Amino acid sequence: MRLSCTVNGEKREVENVWEGESLLYVLRERMGLYGSKNACEQGECGSCSVYLDGTLVCSCLVLAGQAEGCEILTVEGLAEDERLHPVQEAFVEAGAVQCGFCTPGFVVATHDLLQRNITPSEAEIREALAGNLCRCTGYEKILDAVRLAAERMAAS
Amino acid sequence: MSMITGAPGRAIGTPLDRIDGPQKVTGEAPYAYEHHVESPLYLYPLQSDIARGRITHIDASAAEALPGVVIVITHENAPRLADTSDKEYAVLQSEEVAFRGQFIGAVVAETFETARHAAHLVEISYDEEPHDAVLRADRDDLYVPEQVNAGFPTDTEEGDFEVAYASAAVKLDETYTTPMEHNNPMEPHTTVAVWREGDLTLYESTQGAHPVRRTVAQVFGLDQKRVNVVAPYVGGGFGSKGLPHANTILAALAAQMIEGRPIKFALTRQQMFSCVGYRTPTIQRIRLGADEEGHLTAISHDAIVQTAKIKEFAEQAAVATRMMYATESRRTTHRVAALDVAVPSWMRAPGEAPGMFALESAMDEMAIACGLDPIEFRIRNEPEIDAETGLPYSSRNLVACLREGARRFGWESRDSTPRARREGRWLVGSGVASSTYPVFRLPGSRARVRYEGEGRYAVEIGAADIGTGTWTTLTQIAADALGVGVGEIGLRIGDTTLPQASVEGGSTGITMWGSTIFEAARVFRERHGQNPSEGDEVEAGTPENPETENYAMHAFGAYFAEARVDADTAEVRIPRMTGVFAVGRIINAKTARSQFIGGMTMGLSMALHEESVVDPRFGHVVNHDFAEYHIPTNADVGEIEVSWIEEEDPHVNPMGSKGIGEIGIVGSSAAVANAVYHATGVRVRDLPITPDKLLPL
Ligand code: FES
Ligand code: FES
Repeated sequence: MRLSCTVNGEKREVENVWEGESLLYVLRERMGLYGSKNACEQGECGSCSVYLDGTLVCSCLVLAGQAEGCEILTVEGLAEDERLHPVQEAFVEAGAVQCGFCTPGFVVATHDLLQRNITPSEAEIREALAGNLCRCTGYEKILDAVRLAAERMAAS
Repeated sequence: MSMITGAPGRAIGTPLDRIDGPQKVTGEAPYAYEHHVESPLYLYPLQSDIARGRITHIDASAAEALPGVVIVITHENAPRLADTSDKEYAVLQSEEVAFRGQFIGAVVAETFETARHAAHLVEISYDEEPHDAVLRADRDDLYVPEQVNAGFPTDTEEGDFEVAYASAAVKLDETYTTPMEHNNPMEPHTTVAVWREGDLTLYESTQGAHPVRRTVAQVFGLDQKRVNVVAPYVGGGFGSKGLPHANTILAALAAQMIEGRPIKFALTRQQMFSCVGYRTPTIQRIRLGADEEGHLTAISHDAIVQTAKIKEFAEQAAVATRMMYATESRRTTHRVAALDVAVPSWMRAPGEAPGMFALESAMDEMAIACGLDPIEFRIRNEPEIDAETGLPYSSRNLVACLREGARRFGWESRDSTPRARREGRWLVGSGVASSTYPVFRLPGSRARVRYEGEGRYAVEIGAADIGTGTWTTLTQIAADALGVGVGEIGLRIGDTTLPQASVEGGSTGITMWGSTIFEAARVFRERHGQNPSEGDEVEAGTPENPETENYAMHAFGAYFAEARVDADTAEVRIPRMTGVFAVGRIINAKTARSQFIGGMTMGLSMALHEESVVDPRFGHVVNHDFAEYHIPTNADVGEIEVSWIEEEDPHVNPMGSKGIGEIGIVGSSAAVANAVYHATGVRVRDLPITPDKLLPL
């Protein structure tokens, strides 16, 4: 099938998509957008998190066909004009990144949380990131990064 | 984005932001699967459905007929490998099946989904033989390996254990077990293999580009110069990417058969439970004897582990016991069962992680038996010298870690009676454990320094960064070694076109690569002085460290954990942990802190969550995904406070640093188990501590 959608503000058309392919697969292998990661391909780790028409989804659980005509925002679309988004900046500064494989998913999920709620409580932060697994950091610095980003975004 | 700055000679010790941070938070850092290659093909493996036997027939006609399928590879058409002496790497070389999930073929197709679909259409018949995949202590075929992992002797004996134990005033004799565990780095094991005009390029998720090159060149009979391995960014490894596994060989085989087309092969999460290594289950009997004052007089640690029939990996579970505490007599042994299972391998602190769970649990039990506070008991048995080598320690600050940790955690007010504190439905307790990890050395690294003009230096070494922070810390080390700012250093790592480097394993990375960079910088200055000309260059190898003859070198640490256990459901929560480390000089406080916390979290996970459950009927891991193999989410981890002792160790290496990648997991599981005991009065000696093992409370 042919898939048309908007990715990070850009119209994209892909031919010959097999109906069983996931949105994650299409983003990575057919569009070359490798920022979203595949670490389980069954909705358990959040590494593949993207926005689909403004809703945070695991792109490994979305069939490519479901994205027809949709707006998709991936981690590659968060920085503006070479400037990191405050969430991205906070992840670097707080030391929330180790191997970085979970990072795009955490960044997108944090972005989503802070868009909805700029002053999240501890429990709200933990709940919002409950679907994201990290094997390296033990989460402490990731939570710090979220708090730092929230503080800065609320102040600006 | 913060700028990379720094005064010359002062970079080591600063909490520099990760140099690779911006690429990682924007999704731009290319991991193995993500390098651009022209018109790739996708590989999906065929795996055996039996645990032992022979393939008798393969019908691939339906798969081959599927549009988009390029080839189905099996032992019947696969090229012969040049060296099949290592059976883990003898992929598709015969009809024999040695464990369930072994690679017995592959489908290569134009898309991943086509390959996966086609793989399910291949029909395979077997001649199945009975298999044996369960480790037990009462097996009559346990054997004595020649040595155990990392080259340690299998058994040791000091003094007369039997006599000392028999006459000890206080005795403990308990058996502790740890289950099979899987490393599960977030990035699945990946190879993208390109075979073009006799040259093989591998984009690989690995802890060591050069070691992969060496193995692949040998297995395929290639000149090492014709193999290039590229791995600038790696999504975690924890040991499972330390040695190449069969997946790398399978991808290269396919690339050899389809010259010119890149082959992309990433394992699925499920496949990672069958063929890329794991931590062996362990059964460990510990006997301790002490006098009336709580001085240990006898220690024995007998460890039983498993390996695969096709390849030996004997985990050194009892090795830390050889040096940890002072005693008059000591015995350690390792016995191994060779089973019809996949090959076990390194998983973060192989040996120390399971071994120190057992020893530090036993120390807790023994302290109670001696009527001593567990910290006081450990301090009382602090050795003067390293019992294993007879050498003094280059530095050993375990006692300082225990004392500092006790102060930070608030240990003093603790009532030692188990099950003495209850808050509503929660039974509350606290536990302590010690940690240690050796300062290993690995030979064979080289580094190149080149002056690029305008104050800038290129520093090149084929080192790996699997998340540990190598990009950043080696830049800091190079800056100090050359006496310039970090902004003047252009570091290149993660590629076999660079000077060769040892594997990122055994927490050796910074010791070996950092020492080598220091040496290259020294030679550079000696030859080219402080005002070099553009293009001036030197390459140097790792210098010897004569101090290794004079001192025993180990890192130490102490953990404290608070456990809250639901009195009705036995749900265990760990709201806070404290870790204090004595690991020489910290190169970068920011990356180090995150590694310590991550390591302690993995220990917490080992204590409460992780267990690969093998179905003995079929010989495979049944809980082979993140839905069922549990690693902690953020809700499982409370506050983890990490600090370190200022430790000057002039003997270890030019940086004065000890490796920190593994020590965080060692003993952290015991601290949790000891805290759970203190909270509930129930001693769980078999990990993980699941509610069924605590109930009824
Ligand atoms: S890859 Fe989508 S949730 Fe894990
Ligand atoms: S940083 Fe490695 S998995 Fe999170």
